[in-house]
Amino acid sequence: MIIWESFRSGWQAIIANRLRSALTILGIMIGVAAVITLVAFGQGASNSISASIQSLGTNLLTVFPDDPNEDGVIVNPAPRDLTLDDVVALSDTGRGPDIAGVAPVKSAPVSCTHADRSYRTTMNGTWPAYYTINNSELAQGTYFQNSDVLDGRRVASIGSTVAEKLFGTGDPLGAQIVCNGVPFTVTGVLVSKGSTGPFNNDDVILAPLTSVENSLVGYGPLNTISVQGVSPERVDAAQAQVITILDAQHGTTVETRDYAIFNQASLLDTIDQALGIFTALLGAVAAISLLVGGIGITNIMLVSVTERTREIGIRKAVGATRRYILLQFLLEATVLSLIGAVAGLVLAFAASFIEIAGIRPAIVPSSVIAAFVISVAIGLFFGSFPANRAASLRPIEALRHE
Amino acid sequence: MTPVVELVDITKVYGSGVNEVRAVDGVTLTIERGEFVAVMGASGSGKSTLMNIIGALDVATSGTYRLDGVDVGELDDDALSLVRNRRVGFIFQSFNLIPRMSAVSNVELPLMYRGVPRTERRRRALDALGSVGLADRTHHQPNELSGGQQQRVAVARALAMQPALMLADEPTGNLDSRSTAEVLDLLEQVHAEGGTIAVITHEDEVAARARRVITLRDGRVESDVRR
Repeated sequence: MIIWESFRSGWQAIIANRLRSALTILGIMIGVAAVITLVAFGQGASNSISASIQSLGTNLLTVFPDDPNEDGVIVNPAPRDLTLDDVVALSDTGRGPDIAGVAPVKSAPVSCTHADRSYRTTMNGTWPAYYTINNSELAQGTYFQNSDVLDGRRVASIGSTVAEKLFGTGDPLGAQIVCNGVPFTVTGVLVSKGSTGPFNNDDVILAPLTSVENSLVGYGPLNTISVQGVSPERVDAAQAQVITILDAQHGTTVETRDYAIFNQASLLDTIDQALGIFTALLGAVAAISLLVGGIGITNIMLVSVTERTREIGIRKAVGATRRYILLQFLLEATVLSLIGAVAGLVLAFAASFIEIAGIRPAIVPSSVIAAFVISVAIGLFFGSFPANRAASLRPIEALRHE
Repeated sequence: MTPVVELVDITKVYGSGVNEVRAVDGVTLTIERGEFVAVMGASGSGKSTLMNIIGALDVATSGTYRLDGVDVGELDDDALSLVRNRRVGFIFQSFNLIPRMSAVSNVELPLMYRGVPRTERRRRALDALGSVGLADRTHHQPNELSGGQQQRVAVARALAMQPALMLADEPTGNLDSRSTAEVLDLLEQVHAEGGTIAVITHEDEVAARARRVITLRDGRVESDVRR
């Protein structure tokens, strides 16, 4: 009851000084909106980068050859290349229960032509498992099969960039392209994945490993081996199994290892961490404006207390205790900051529809809650000094105040 | 029966050393239940200081003061608020209504602080406004009322509290003669119904209504006359 009455008299004071209250609310509103929006932008940036990495396959491990003697000291006199034997060993589900799929990759820089067009790109000779492991789906056409690999058929799935460069708006399916003098039939066009940083994921041609070996690069070592974990959670376990299997194959230990593994998930973690720091920094900067808004509340409440000294005197004369006066002014300050918080929230939601530099802000629920809680706390904290001053007024002096 | 006001050797000193001022200097007096007392004196006689002490708005430097049996001397700020809330109804020279609050809300205010439930509070406030003749002005704000009407709201506020003591400080100082008469009639009516009233004034017209006139001079009781 007392709370309601105190709330009402606080509200009356806010209404009676509309412009002043509105400006104070504006301070809090800007603070809250800044916190939520900037954190949302940070989150949006993080989302968009994560999404582009995830499009490359979240469970992906890439094994590539590494020089064990890179410090100049010979620790492994005969480093081995990655071979199809390694791929076969990795495919043994008994030894690698968390490995879902393995695909060898042999890459060749190629210059391809079709009709009067020409384009330089990379051709990856591989197995059909590559599609699933690398999250490479076809927008049109058909995937090449194991039989295509066995027969060494010259069929190719081309990336969307390659399709655009060689065919423009024309239909590439069934057409023949000539890469380094070797004809390939286009049987599929890959779904676009966009770019990860400067690297264009659509600038690639996939073909059966055997056909690439036969006609372009010969039977040398593999460039990389793509390995898929059974789930994002089991990727680290899969990585450990890959190491165990390859160490056995190559007879290597941690010091003499002649290969390295690139873990997509750990990259994602690192980037997430970096973006988290970036987001926290943005939030902290925005929090400063919230603090300034809070000081605005103190200021306006001090004015309010001074203006209403006589009223406080009357209230105390007829029996208001410190607690009631305190409550009244604290509620007034809190109402100001709450209105500011709600207005800021609305503003932030509106701002979240604006896309900046291709980044769509993603509002983080916890930042909304935090901004709300903080602004109420600001009302209480910054209102408490003026409220205390009001509550401590001596009635005879307050009554004498004009 | 306990006297409403019992002052024993009350002294109030402001400042210290050479600047020491004894605003009230050893006042001993008792106001019984049902009395209508006027406290008179020139300005500087200490009557405002005494009024603050009697109203529990201020505490004496020395001496004992029992208000309706409660020793006020030992109380802190909050306890004084509670004593005022339960025992004293104030009527001030400048009305002291809260702006932007309707007449009935103003009258309800002390009852709210006392914790009287909303409906009961509203009923008592409307009764009190009715008895001062403002039944048709309950939702007007102070700035929509004349001076006399505002002072009648203040009287209603004091009445609704059913105080042990109704304390009026120059209640007619800001009023024209017609409003003065109205307010004094109200005070007489309260007295007739058994209320205890202390009026601080320098106007003979006001003092003439009282049944006992105490005159202060330099912080001391100069005369105490019953009629």
